Amino acid sequence: MFLTAARNNLLYAFGTVIPSIALAIAMAVWVNAKIPGRTLMRLAFFTPTILPLIAAANIWLFFYTPEIGLVNRTLALVGIEGRNWLGDPGTVLWAIVVLSVWKEAGFFMIFYLAGLQAIPRDLNEAAILEGAGPIAVFRYITFPLLTPTTLFVLINVVINAFKRVDQLFILTKGGPNNASNLILYYIYETAFSFFDTSYAGTLTIVLLVVLATLAYVKIRFLDSRVHYQ
Amino acid sequence: MRAVRFRRRPQAWWFVAWGLALIWIIPLVYAVWAAIHPARFVTRFILTAPLTIENFLEAWTYAPFYRYFLNTTILVFGLMVAQFVICTLAGFAFARFEFAGSRVAFVLVLVQLMITPEILIVENYRTMSRLGLVDSILAIGLPYAASAFGIFLLRQAFKQVPRELEDAARIDGSSWMGVLRHIYVPLSKATYLAYGLVSISHHWNDFLWPLIITNSVETRPLTVGLAIFAAPESGVDWAVLSAGTLLAIAPLLLVFLVFQRRFTDSFMRAGIR
Repeated sequence: MFLTAARNNLLYAFGTVIPSIALAIAMAVWVNAKIPGRTLMRLAFFTPTILPLIAAANIWLFFYTPEIGLVNRTLALVGIEGRNWLGDPGTVLWAIVVLSVWKEAGFFMIFYLAGLQAIPRDLNEAAILEGAGPIAVFRYITFPLLTPTTLFVLINVVINAFKRVDQLFILTKGGPNNASNLILYYIYETAFSFFDTSYAGTLTIVLLVVLATLAYVKIRFLDSRVHYQ
Repeated sequence: MRAVRFRRRPQAWWFVAWGLALIWIIPLVYAVWAAIHPARFVTRFILTAPLTIENFLEAWTYAPFYRYFLNTTILVFGLMVAQFVICTLAGFAFARFEFAGSRVAFVLVLVQLMITPEILIVENYRTMSRLGLVDSILAIGLPYAASAFGIFLLRQAFKQVPRELEDAARIDGSSWMGVLRHIYVPLSKATYLAYGLVSISHHWNDFLWPLIITNSVETRPLTVGLAIFAAPESGVDWAVLSAGTLLAIAPLLLVFLVFQRRFTDSFMRAGIR
């Protein structure tokens, strides 16, 4: 059982990392570019961040509802048959990944925005004068210079994947058949539904070790970044 | 030729960017739609659908939202004051004094920074029941009062205050507390603002720990009340549920919309440390 939760948690963490980072970078680049209405755009991206996860889960619950849910109805428009996203062990974890990415990408966007603004303008201009296209500029200049931000975001996404389980209370309660159970939620169940506090205490220590390791990496990396600048 | 290409190229991206922004805001827009129309329009998007505030009224009377608001407000502001006091004193001590064991003490603070109190639900519950505080607003806030994050943040801010200012004030006969109150705290206003906004939004949204430690209407914060309200057993329909959800997020959302820039700046400052 614990192994299921641990495996789910790892899948969930890695599932959120790449889309969160990719979208956060894209958002930051767009918001930083001279697109008309970018203030509104930044607002749209950032707003999910300040909602309680519980409220976000309420809204998304309706999206995922089988019969009348918006996801299935949208898919039906293009002729794809929907499914019970939260009731199917094969999709439930990914449905939660989508919610997390929606909730968090805008938060990490602001770190990339700061990173982008710290890149000296003449670097880009020099590259463009040399004939580099926008994709080459991004690939060889922008992205490498954002590496410290990417590391920072990566660790934080993973930490959050272990720390935030509120959505499960609304969406799945860890089910079906524990397919969306995560470690902290499992600790909660063990302690407060099954009243096995000593086992829950042991599980907490496991989670502590995971998070302490991640935090250690983070602090070390933040230290090294100071020398970087 | 080149100029044309440069002007056109971004435009294609604009649509992608705007498309994503639209997708990002749809869930909220949808919640608003469901909340301001009669229940039969929850999945029928007709622009001429009649507007109503019935759903909000029903949500408001169905659950004791008034009490939940009060509880959350007491929690976030009470906690913020406690954190400001504790973290100011601790941060100042760590920034300016070498005392026996000060390094060890600071490492202990750093340890708390690593192991966030959020995951210590089992142990914290045990502590609270030993203290006889289960089911109180105080118990929701207590584990977060001596916030390592706040201590760390304020210590950094205080360290940046020029020593000369302090020395001058000391020569003029100012006490340590006087120096702290009249020099360090005013010069660290931006940090207090950032920390305050982060603390308020964090605890306004926090759910798991309050869920565990409260079990009555008199102590339950908004998030927990909202989750109970949203449970299938309560039998409210989507329109009312959306209205309730919007009620719960409205205050923080409004504050955010007013102080948008400040908010994002604060989150940045707090995140990077």
